Parts: sequence; structure tokens; C-alpha cells
Amino acid sequence: MGNMIINHGLTSFILIVWMGINIFLFVWFYFFYDLGEQFFYTRHLLGSALAWARAPAAVLNFNCLLILLPVCRNLLSLVRGSFMCCGRTMRKQLDKNISFHKLVAYMIGLMTAVHTIAHLLNVEWYNNSRRGEYDGLSTALSDLEDTDNTTYLNPIRTLEITPTYFALTSLAGITGVIITLCLILIITSSMEVIRRSYFEVFWYTHHLFVIFFIGLVIHGAGRIVRSQSNLDKHNFTLCKDRPQDWGNVPDCPLPQFAGGFPQTWMWVIGPMFLYLCERVLRFVRYMQAVRYRKIVIRPSKVLELQLVKNGFKMEVGQYVFLNCPAISQLEWHPFTMTSAPEEEFFSVHIRSVGDWTQKLISMVEELPEGAQGPRMGVDGPFGTASEDVFEYDVSMLVGAGIGVTPFASILKSIWYKFKDSDPKLRTRKIYFYWLCRETHAFEWFADLLQVLEKEMEERGMGDFLTYKLFLTGWDQSHTEHVMVRFDQDTDVVTGLKQKTHYGRPNWEKEFEQVRKDNPSSTVGTFLCGPQVLAKVLAKKCAKYSDVDPRKTRFYFNKENF
Amino acid sequence: MGKIEWAMWANEQALAAGLILLTGGIVGVAGTFRGWQFAAYAIAAGAFVCLLEYPRGKRNKGTSVERTGQYCFTVCVKSFGPVTRNYYVRAFLHAAICVPGGFMLATVLGCVCLGIASLIYLGAAIRGEQWEPILPRTATRKAVGESIKQPPQNPPPRPPAEMRRKRAEDLEGAAYVNPVDVTANEE
Repeated sequence: MGNMIINHGLTSFILIVWMGINIFLFVWFYFFYDLGEQFFYTRHLLGSALAWARAPAAVLNFNCLLILLPVCRNLLSLVRGSFMCCGRTMRKQLDKNISFHKLVAYMIGLMTAVHTIAHLLNVEWYNNSRRGEYDGLSTALSDLEDTDNTTYLNPIRTLEITPTYFALTSLAGITGVIITLCLILIITSSMEVIRRSYFEVFWYTHHLFVIFFIGLVIHGAGRIVRSQSNLDKHNFTLCKDRPQDWGNVPDCPLPQFAGGFPQTWMWVIGPMFLYLCERVLRFVRYMQAVRYRKIVIRPSKVLELQLVKNGFKMEVGQYVFLNCPAISQLEWHPFTMTSAPEEEFFSVHIRSVGDWTQKLISMVEELPEGAQGPRMGVDGPFGTASEDVFEYDVSMLVGAGIGVTPFASILKSIWYKFKDSDPKLRTRKIYFYWLCRETHAFEWFADLLQVLEKEMEERGMGDFLTYKLFLTGWDQSHTEHVMVRFDQDTDVVTGLKQKTHYGRPNWEKEFEQVRKDNPSSTVGTFLCGPQVLAKVLAKKCAKYSDVDPRKTRFYFNKENF
Repeated sequence: MGKIEWAMWANEQALAAGLILLTGGIVGVAGTFRGWQFAAYAIAAGAFVCLLEYPRGKRNKGTSVERTGQYCFTVCVKSFGPVTRNYYVRAFLHAAICVPGGFMLATVLGCVCLGIASLIYLGAAIRGEQWEPILPRTATRKAVGESIKQPPQNPPPRPPAEMRRKRAEDLEGAAYVNPVDVTANEE
């Protein structure tokens, strides 16, 4: 339990607060509409479906306010910067922005379903009352009208129309249908399988959010949910049983109704403005000039771009978004920077994996010697957990597959800091685990490790960095190859001093070892890799840390793509 | 990332549409809405679409992730052969199924969603995509080689790895005595 609190306490607290606000809003508005006197007649027509429609609407307002905030990456960077004093637990929460975005989205989906179903019932029952299918009071209420047609209760004003016609011609109805459709398309295209494999589909469909928010803001402008506005003159307890006398006796004048003031825009206008600023900032960044310092095409189709931009300042493990207008004006792709902050340029390694990267690589390949590459827009840098690496006594870095990229920057930077004996460097020891199926796509990384290894050895600091390579995909011929070269000094696969391990690491053993070697240290575990591994490591971190602050504690951090 | 397989999105969209149609139908029938017969139809249609779309197709490239427990659905859908394999058939089927949904408000949303799914399927079909079942891969076993004629040259128990390492300066010391006699089978 204590371990749980160390590692997940603040996250759980934030979630509890969020859920608490949701529940409060739901219950508050449910009873506001279910008990409010001004809604007595409205409830007579609609029953509890009125409250069931309005309570989710309030929760929707709150969640639509939240949904844009976690995706304002510049805003998050700003917040992260101003939390520098508050310690890493606070800042670590900001790395879970996408999880929170998803959670809020699920809530929006759920509440939309409840809201829509309740309104389906509402429209049907308004329509039935209009047709006089219920009691006399319902019919009388539906028939209410004045010369300006402003004090009515039932928004279905004529007998001829069907609910479908009403839904498609009223402002609330048509905007509701449109924004629900947008929401459905956004959700179906954000499913794991689509997002991971066909990012473009996900990315473009997500921009339906513009229509969604416009529709959302004007959805309530039709003021279709109506409440009684002359409660003091028309007392429903006295008058509800004699609708035939309304307007004829002084006690019971005609009840008058007015629509509720639309509130959604007040909830969402702030985040919408922030998001707009975010996009403007992205555009400004896009317009700023970026110079190529060097373009290297490495073996196995990996492109290294070394770029220079005025006023660009990075931290380790941060990423940038690149936009190449020659390929697509709209697409921004995230790349982890592989250079250290100590270098005067920033670099990215781009592997050919999809349309965009393929096109970029073939464009660069056709360039004449020494020419500048295609125009490139750069947005960023954006921070993730790994800038905290130097603040732990011991760091365990786990990179899986392509996930080693952020660690390139970290390892380089640690090396620079170490060379200059930077006083800020708390780190005494680095464990680096590299898991991959096959290494030849990452030869460039092995090169980097090799250089580091050599330099460290020359300075006699060989034990500062311990790294272990785990090759998870291997076959018989490979094994034979390894067995034959068993007695060589360097590894067959990578040419490094440390031998490659085969199969997956035994985490129990690794954590045990780290704990034994580093009693009474804070150990930061950093993963850049798949979710499954994240769960395993998070559990191990909780298991192997001690509540006692004097003993070894593990903190888990995960990078997001 | 590679080429976009639109059918994957169409499948998600159609499954969602099926659920929405089903929900709309249930609301319509439960509330005995005017024209609830259409809602009853929507329940049947929604359930049918869900069953048809639940088993996810196989991706051309990369790993295909199954939905939980989709195997038996896969077998059923696969048994219809070309009818369920061809995405043109699905596109037109969904387009036809969605039409009656437009006649009552409760099922309008499901109807439009299914219509959109049908359009995406049409796009997928035009690009030549097809539904392929995800079946558990049968582990290909290597044929067992001919019976080994020669006895192993270095049979177990073997010394630990450190002992086995040959030291260049001391070749004698690197050698070790095999604890078990190695003789050819004398039969």
C-alpha cells in the first residue's frame, strides 16, 4: 500500500477529484431539474427524462472544458516550467496528459449517450403531448401560446411534424445530430488499432473537433428547455388541476415559460481560446527559419538531420514536431531529439517506417551534395519525464525497440556533464537496458554507445554506465554464430564490449541487483516502450521500493509517443 | 506506417453504428415510440451488424489484433466465403440495412453512422481490400531430422561457460576432461 502511494498517489488523487466534480455536477443538476418548482410543468410533460438529459449536459460542459487542455502541448510545457520548484511528482503528472485526454473523452462519450437517449424520449413525449395523447393538463400546456409565440412550453408547435423533422429543423436538434456524428467518427478513428497503424486517418478525423466545438457552443442557443417564469402569479399547486380556467380566474393566469440561458459557451470559451493560442504559436514556430547543419544518411535507411534554429533551447529526452510543407502542409510528426543540450545544434534520427518518412528520405537522397534540405517547420521542444534523469542518484533506463532514441540524448548529455564535472549532475550510476528484436535498424545507436564506451574507458570511469542488451528475436543460425564467436572480446551483433543477452530480461533479478548495489538511493526508472512493459515495470517499481525514505526507492516514469 | 487500410476504420465505424442502431432500437421499442416497428427492425439490424462486424479482419501488413473472443465469430463469418469477404457486398449491405433506420428519430443516428461506414467500406473495396479472417497461426514444426548417427562430440554435463573459455596463453589449462566416455555405438 505504501508503495502504491509513493508511485500512484497523486495520480489517484487527481482522478478522485475529477470524478468527484463529475458526480457532484451530475447530482446537483439532476436534483435542480428534478425538484425545481419552475420545472413542474416541464416535468409534467417529460417526466424524469428532463433531469436525465440535463444532468449529463452539465457533466459534458465540464469535460468539454477539460478535453482541450491536455493537448495544448505548449501550455503544458509552460506549466511544467513553472512547476520546477514543486518537485518531480507534480511534473510527472503532466506526462499522463494523453491518458487524461482519453479518460475525459470516455466520459464525454458516456454522457453523450445518456443525454441523447434522454432527449429522444423528450422529443417523443413533447410530440405525444402536442397530439393530445396524454391527460388534459399536458394538452393544455402544449397548446399554450401567445401572439409573439415566446411564452410557450412545448417546442413542437404544430401537429403535422414528425420527431425526425423537428430534430433536423430545430437548432438544438440539428447541431446535436451533427456534433454527435463528429464525436462518433472521432471515437471510431481513435481506436488503438487505427491510431497505431493508420495515424493519418486518426489525425485528420480528429480535426472534426472544430465542428464539434462550434456545434457545442450554439447547441443551447435555441433555448429549448423551458421553465416557468411567472411562478409568483401562477401557483401550480392551485392551478394544475383546472387548466380549463387558466386565464379566466385571477388566481390562475396563463403560465408563462422562458428558455434557459445557454451556458456551454461560458464553460468552453477559455480552453478554446487557449487552444487557438496554441495553434497560432505552432504557426509562428512553423514560419521561423530552420537551417540544416548536416544531413547524414545512415545504413538501414535511417536519416540523421542536424538542424539549427535561432533561440532554440532543448533539454534531454525532449521531442520536436516536424512539418515538411513539401510533403504535407498539415502533418506534424513528433521526433525525439538525439542530440545533447550541450551541442550547438539539435538532431533527429528518422527511420523509414511510413509514407511521410519514406518521402522525406527519398527527397533528401536526391539532393545535390552540400545543398540545404527541404523547408522544415519545427515546433517545440516539448518536455517529457526524461529531463528528470539527472535528479535521481541512480537511473535505470529501459529502451525497447525504437524507444532507445530518447536515451541517445540522455547518454550523450550525461557524458558531457560528466566530462565537465557539472555540479548539477546527481547521478552516480546509470543502468541502461536495451530490448529489441533486431539491432540492424539501430546501428547508429550502437555506434553512439561504442563511442561513449571508448571515452569512458579512457577516463577510467567504465563502471559509471552499465548497459545490457537484450535481443528478443533470434534464431538457430544466430545462436550458432554467437557460439562460434564466444571468446571474442566484443559482441557479434553490436561490436560492443558488453555481450548481448538473448530473450527477455528477468526483471525480478535486475531490480534485486540494482537494489543490492545501491542501498538508500532514489532510483528513477525510465521507460520508452510498449504499454505492456510499462505495466510490468510499474509493478516492479512498487514492489521493490521501500516506504522507509532511507532505503532504496524506485520511481517509475514513462515516455509517451 | 504504410498504406492505409480503410476497411479497418470502416469496421470500427460499422461496429459502433451497429451498437448505436441497437441502442436506438431498444429505446424506441421500450418507449413504444410512434412507429416502433422501425425500432424493432433496428434491434434486429443492429444485432446483425454487430455480429457481422465483430470479428476484425486481418491486416495486410503487420500484426492484427483480435477482439476479445472473436474466434468463433470469425469462423461463422468466414463460412459465408466470398459474400463476407468482398467489401463491395458489405458496402451495399450496410447501405441497404441503414435505410429503414431513417424513418424514426431514435434510429436516425445509427442509420447515418452505418451509412458512413458503408461509404468507407466502398472506398476500401475500390482500393481492392478484402476481408481475411484472423486465424490462430498453426505452429510450423520443423521436420525431425534423420536419427543422429554420430554420438555428440561434447555431450552433457558440460562445464559452466567460464570454464569453457579458451585462454590463448594456456591452451592446456583450457582443455578439460570429459567426465563421460565417448564411444561410438557398437551395435
